[in-house]
Amino acid sequence: MEARGLTLALGGKTILESVDFTAAPGEVTAIVGPNGAGKTTLLKALSGELKGVGPVRLNGTALTDLRGWQVAEMRGVLPQASALAFPFTVIEVVRIGLSSGRGGGDDRRALQALARVDLAGFAGRYYNDLSGGEQQRVQLARVLTQIWEPMSEGQPRWLLLDEPVASLDVGHQFTVMDIAREFAASGGGVIAVMHDLNLTAMFADKVWVMHRGRVAASGAPRDTLTTDLMQTIYGCPLQVNTVPPLGIPFVLPQTRVS
Amino acid sequence: MTGLLRSGGDLPLDRRILARRMTVVLILVLGILAVASAAIGATGTSLWGALADLAAGRELATSERVILFDIRLPRTLMCMTVGAALAVAGAILQGLFRNPLADPGIVGVSAGASLGAITAIVLGGLLPATVLAWAGPSLVALSAFLGAWLLTLLLYRVSTRNGQTSVATMLLAGVAFTALAMALSGVMVFMANDSQLRDLTFWNMGSLAGATWGKLQVTGPVILLALGAAMLLARGLNALAMGEAVAAHLGIPVQRTKGAAILCTAVLTGTAVAVSGGIGFIGIIVPHLLRLATGPDHHGLLPNCALFGAALLLFADIIARVIVSPAELPIGIVTALMGTPVFLWILLRRHAAMGL
Repeated sequence: MEARGLTLALGGKTILESVDFTAAPGEVTAIVGPNGAGKTTLLKALSGELKGVGPVRLNGTALTDLRGWQVAEMRGVLPQASALAFPFTVIEVVRIGLSSGRGGGDDRRALQALARVDLAGFAGRYYNDLSGGEQQRVQLARVLTQIWEPMSEGQPRWLLLDEPVASLDVGHQFTVMDIAREFAASGGGVIAVMHDLNLTAMFADKVWVMHRGRVAASGAPRDTLTTDLMQTIYGCPLQVNTVPPLGIPFVLPQTRVS
Repeated sequence: MTGLLRSGGDLPLDRRILARRMTVVLILVLGILAVASAAIGATGTSLWGALADLAAGRELATSERVILFDIRLPRTLMCMTVGAALAVAGAILQGLFRNPLADPGIVGVSAGASLGAITAIVLGGLLPATVLAWAGPSLVALSAFLGAWLLTLLLYRVSTRNGQTSVATMLLAGVAFTALAMALSGVMVFMANDSQLRDLTFWNMGSLAGATWGKLQVTGPVILLALGAAMLLARGLNALAMGEAVAAHLGIPVQRTKGAAILCTAVLTGTAVAVSGGIGFIGIIVPHLLRLATGPDHHGLLPNCALFGAALLLFADIIARVIVSPAELPIGIVTALMGTPVFLWILLRRHAAMGL
C-alpha cells in the first residue's frame, strides 16, 4: 500500500500537505497524531473513499484503475461509528460483509467472525440495542468476513481500521489488537489510526506520526514515539520511557504532574 | 410476533427463513383475494356459475362475459400491479433515504406524477389530433410518468454535488418541489372547465374502477419491468443501510445504485398515480409491517412488499366495492382509513422504542 504527495485543502485550510505514505504487508502500521492532524483523512484517501487527493496504489495497482468490487475484495475498512437505519440483527450485519466482493463464504464464517471478536451468542440480538463498543466489534466482524483470508491469490489483503479500540474496554482492546497482529502475521497488511500511544507501541511495527497535515516522523515505535516529538505535537509535557527487557516505549501522562 | 420483538433477546438466527415462509403465505392470500375480487361485484354475476358453464362447454351470456372478463378481471389485475408498485416504491425510497418514514409522497415524486396527470387531463385536448389518437387512453399515464421522472431528475440535480447525493438536501428539496408541483397543479385546476373538474376530482380520490385491458396493456408491462429491476437493488440497499461510505467500502457502486433506485421509484410511482390517482399509505405501511415481521433484509423484503402490496390493495378494493354496494367508495379513502391508524401505531411504537 503506497501513496504519494497526498494533498487536500478544504475552505482554505490545509488538511493534508504532500503526504507520502507506505505500508508493508505482514506489518501493523499505526497512524498517530493529535486531533485534526489529518489521520482519518489519510485513511479515507487510502481506502479510496476520498478521491482526487493524490495517487494511491494497492498492491502495485492504482486504486483508480480498479473497480469497486475489486478493491472490496482486497481491503476492508472499519469506520469509526456506524449507525443503522433499520432493525438489523447482529448476524444480518455481519452477513452483509459476506456478500461483498466476489462473494463466497457461508454463515459459518459469519459466526466464526463473531466468536473472534468475543461476541459469540450475540447473533440474534438487535444491532441498535448493543453498546457502542459491542457495535464496534460487530462492525469488525463484518469487515473480517469481507477479507477472511489475509492472503488472496498470493496478494496480501488489507485491513484499514479507524480508531478500532476507541470505545472498547481494556480487555477487548487487546482482543482487537490481537486480531490485527494475527492478520499481519498471516501475511496481510494492517493500517490503523490510533490514539492510544501505549497500545500503539505494543502492537505496531511501524508508526507514522502526523502533525498539521504532514508526516512528522515515521519508523519503528522506539524511533518515533520520542519524548521530544510527543511533547511538540501534543503540546503538553509527556515522558516516554521503555520497558527494559523488550525496549517497548511507554508514555506516562502522570509526568505532567511533576 | 410482537412477543418476539419485545423480548429484546434472541431472534431466530435466520430471518431469511421467516421471509421465505412469509412469501408462501402472501402468495396464498393473494390468490384467495384475487379469486374473491373476480367473484364479488355489484351485479349478481357469479364467477362460479360462469366457470361451471364453461366447464360444461356452454357459451357464456354476453353480459356475463363482459362483467367477468372486461370489467372485473382487468380491475383485479390492475389492483395487483398498482399495489405492488406502490409498496415496492416505498420500500426502495426508505432504503435509499435510510429513513423508514420516507415515502414517494414526501420527496415529491407523487406530486410530480399528479402534476403530469392533471396537466394531461386539462390540457390534453389541446394536443394535435394525431398525437391524441396515438397516445389515446395512455396519455394520462405517460404524462404522469414524465412528471414523476422530471421531478426526480430535477431533485437529483439539485441534491447531488461532486457525485455525492445529500439525503438531507434531497428531502428538503422534495418539500420545495412538492409545493411547486402543487402550485402548478392548482393553476391547472383553475383553468379547468366543469367536466374536467369532475374528472379531476374522481381521479384525485383514486379509483381503479376505470381499469380496462387497454390501460393494463400500457401500465402492466412497465410496472412488471420496474418491479423486476427493483429486485436487483436488494444488495445495494442493504449496504446503504450502513451509510454510503460503508457501502462503497463493500464494493457497491453507490452512485449507480442510487440512480437506479430513483429511476425505479419514478417509474413505479408515476405509473401507479396515473391509473389510480391518490392512493396513499400502501408505500409506507406494507414495508413497515414486513420489516417488523421478517426483518429489514431487502432480499426478502422487496418481493414480499410486492406480494403484500398487491394483496392489501385488492383487499381495500373489495371493501370499497362491497361496503356501499351497488355504489362504491373511492379506494383512496379506504386505504387512508385502514392506513392512518396503523401509521400512527407505528409512530407511537417507534417513539417508545427509539425516542423518534
